[in-house]
Amino acid sequence: MGSRARTVNVSSTGDSNNVVNGMPSYAPPPPMPSSSSSMGIDATNVLPSRISEFGNLEQSLGFRVEDAINLSRNPLFNQLQLKSNSQALGADVQFGALSKSIANSDINISAAIAGSQTLSLQKDSQPNLASTSAGHRENWGESNMADASPRTDTSTDDTEDKNQMPERGESSERSKDKADQKTLRRLAQNREAARKSRLRKKAYVQQLESSRLKLTQLEQELQRARQQGIFISSSGDQTHSMSGNGAMAFDVEYARWLEEHNRQTNELRAAINSHAGDIELRTIVDNFMTQFDDIFRLKGIAAKADVFHILSGMWKTPAERCFMWIGGFRSSELLKLLVNQLEPLTEQQLMGIYNLQQSSQQAEDALSQGMDALQQSLAETLANGAPNPSGSSGNVANYMGQMAMAMGKLGTLEGFLRQADNLRQQTLQQMLRILTTRQSARALLAISDYFSRLRALSSLWLARPRE
Amino acid sequence: MDRVRDLASKKAAVIFTKSSCCMCHSIKQLFYELGASPAVHEIDKDSYGREMEWALRTLGCNPSVPAVFIGGNFVGSSKDVISLHVDGTLKQMLMDAKAIWF
Repeated sequence: MGSRARTVNVSSTGDSNNVVNGMPSYAPPPPMPSSSSSMGIDATNVLPSRISEFGNLEQSLGFRVEDAINLSRNPLFNQLQLKSNSQALGADVQFGALSKSIANSDINISAAIAGSQTLSLQKDSQPNLASTSAGHRENWGESNMADASPRTDTSTDDTEDKNQMPERGESSERSKDKADQKTLRRLAQNREAARKSRLRKKAYVQQLESSRLKLTQLEQELQRARQQGIFISSSGDQTHSMSGNGAMAFDVEYARWLEEHNRQTNELRAAINSHAGDIELRTIVDNFMTQFDDIFRLKGIAAKADVFHILSGMWKTPAERCFMWIGGFRSSELLKLLVNQLEPLTEQQLMGIYNLQQSSQQAEDALSQGMDALQQSLAETLANGAPNPSGSSGNVANYMGQMAMAMGKLGTLEGFLRQADNLRQQTLQQMLRILTTRQSARALLAISDYFSRLRALSSLWLARPRE
Repeated sequence: MDRVRDLASKKAAVIFTKSSCCMCHSIKQLFYELGASPAVHEIDKDSYGREMEWALRTLGCNPSVPAVFIGGNFVGSSKDVISLHVDGTLKQMLMDAKAIWF
């Protein structure tokens, strides 16, 4: 704020103009040329009349503020008041016009004046208006802050506040204008807050909707998958989950087993390459064998549900499937591959491996012959009793009997698969008994690598470019 | 049971089978490959078949056939036989029972 007392020297034109104090916030020069012209004041009289306008303005404002402000502290104002009274009497028309223009047009100015006056007064003391308006402002500030939280119906409270506050302290137009301005600002803020709140709500609801949609989709997928017998629950009870289609469930289990198998193979490889000790190798080898036990067990369970799926080898890669024997690998073949890689072998070990190879070969032959016998027997059962075209009821009975017998024979397939797996398992275990720990580790690694290469071959074959 | 025991002791290698059983066929083939000539008794063709089957079950043979006896002793079903064959025990048992010579 500018200094309070600013004396403007007026060249006297004969009017006994009062000594005008420069308005604290006012630069003397021409804020009211328009009003001057509107009032038809003579150009020659501009300066004095302007000053008189100032003075009148001050007077009018002083009149208004008088109720609230204790002007006794300001001697200058009192002087003005005294002078303005006489002045007012003398220049009625001017004053009226001026006051009207002031009242009508320059709300800002009056508010500014009021504001500045109150502020400057505040500097000196704590007048009522200052404190009330400050308090008022505080309140408004508070409710402004409160508005930031998602409340949309604060406008009524605030307007009530605003209505009360002026009544409490002021009845002057100036503070009413101030109140209006603040009210408008508050309303705008409220609207803004409400808008933001609505937007937030909308976004949240949209998010909820999309999540719900996704949830229903997932549920449907789950339902479909359950129907196909896929392993949904992670509990260890496998017999329950093998409902419906056991084939798919087994495929999933096999994939999981393969992953674990590959991991253990890498571990084995790392141990061998790093020349690990016998104890460590033994542990790894034992874990490896446990893994094999696992897959044989899984195959057994799956065979109970769907023996043809296992026997068909659809769960293996094409190359593996081609050289499959009764649902798995041929032990004798494996041993033939290993002998070369396991050197050096002692005489005893060589004999042992050779004998093992021969035994497994014999067992394989025996089981193969049993399978052949089964197929032949089945064929005979189905072929026998070709239906008589005359179609007597006896034939139907025959047919039913045939089917029953055939069904019985098919049931033995599971037994063959079980014995074939048993042979594979026994051969591996016997092999480990003949070999040392280190040799066993290398043997298992060789077997693992062989099968993984066979699987890779299948992939390559499937992906090969065709002409 | 008596009949079973009786038949089992008559020869070094005795196998009880059923004519319809193909696994029995496999085990028979295995014995032939080993050079043994086991005595084969098809219990479904035997008049005491049912009792024999029951007897074999009580011995712990499941399925009841094929049931293998070597030297009068019960060896087991197909699973046991294959396991013993892989680790060489079967051959030794046969040699001990004089079912084979080499």
